[in-house]
Amino acid sequence: MTREERIENLNRLSGTDVKKCMKCGKCSGRCPAFKDMDIKPHQFVSMLAQGKVEELLQCEAIWNCFSCMACVERCPRGVAPAAVVEAVRDTVVRMQGKNGIKAEEIPPIVDELIPQQLLVSAYRKYNK
Amino acid sequence: MKISYYPGCTLRTKAKDLDDSARLCAKALGVEMEEIENWQCCGAVYPMGTDEIATKLSAVRALDAAKHNGGKLLTLCSACHNVIKRTNEDMKADGDICFRANNYLKLDEPYKGETEVLHYLELLKNVVGFDNIKKAVVKPLNRKVGAYYGCLLLRPSGVMAFDNPENPTIIEDFIRAIGGTPVVYPFRNECCGAYVGLKNSELPKKKSEKILQSAKEKGAEEVITACPLCLYNLQTNGGNILPVKYFTELLAEALGVQA
Repeated sequence: MTREERIENLNRLSGTDVKKCMKCGKCSGRCPAFKDMDIKPHQFVSMLAQGKVEELLQCEAIWNCFSCMACVERCPRGVAPAAVVEAVRDTVVRMQGKNGIKAEEIPPIVDELIPQQLLVSAYRKYNK
Repeated sequence: MKISYYPGCTLRTKAKDLDDSARLCAKALGVEMEEIENWQCCGAVYPMGTDEIATKLSAVRALDAAKHNGGKLLTLCSACHNVIKRTNEDMKADGDICFRANNYLKLDEPYKGETEVLHYLELLKNVVGFDNIKKAVVKPLNRKVGAYYGCLLLRPSGVMAFDNPENPTIIEDFIRAIGGTPVVYPFRNECCGAYVGLKNSELPKKKSEKILQSAKEKGAEEVITACPLCLYNLQTNGGNILPVKYFTELLAEALGVQA
């Protein structure tokens, strides 16, 4: 896949129009995981608009975004930064060997209280 | 009245308290929760990728089952509610997803988002009515309770249409109806860190402690939630700052229907 196709694919997968961003930063201002994101929500949007695909695909922030939609809620322009994060994460985990969690890592951390909901959500988010 | 009900994976296992208390209370309030047949796990998180179809099919199956059984689908777990309601919106408004999902499912009649998805709290507020709940209370709570909304019930508000996403009031109104005093605190609609804990356990710890600390500083004696994952995060990662319960457990206590 060429770089241009990769950009087009991320735009399509996110379903949001990153060019509508007016760079106010409200998304990152509201993000509960801000300090733990190496690329911040507003940067996901601007970097995709600039076509910086390689850096996006290598970031750590895709594993720390909660998908809590706080950024989406605050955007005055109807852009969905969380959907860009998800598009990048989907693109990464769909590559061979790039799953965020391996099945063998699960049993040692499962205690008797862990709700199924946690295992199912984490698997949906981190694995394909 | 009868209403189709979708329990979800966790309410059958680790969150039986939530399911049991909700059924008992509904019965006491004149509502019979009729579990839909052969439901499947909704997947717990809504897949945002525009090409995600297969991951939404279990929600569509549940919605279609409810369509043929009263037209309403009752949810209780915040995650199920979020996934099913957002998927329903796709079936209503996204022609591509609707076409492809129906193409796969081959139902007798295509599903196009006809079912109304109703959370248990919405049932209490809009169908039963908080005034009627107030009348049914036999043991008023008489304590200060903090409502923890988290993220899933409220956002994205355009689709969820649950309450004001920045300043919600439905759980506070619920607390008042069962004789408690609601405590409003700044972090009640902040995400607790959810599924990230399986990969990065530090993050939910930081968030959960902050949430409970915020509730305690405003005077809450306990915190209530509708989400099994929030309950787990706050209880396990919240530093034991405050007790955390399901909102239906307090309802059962107030109605005097504890199992």
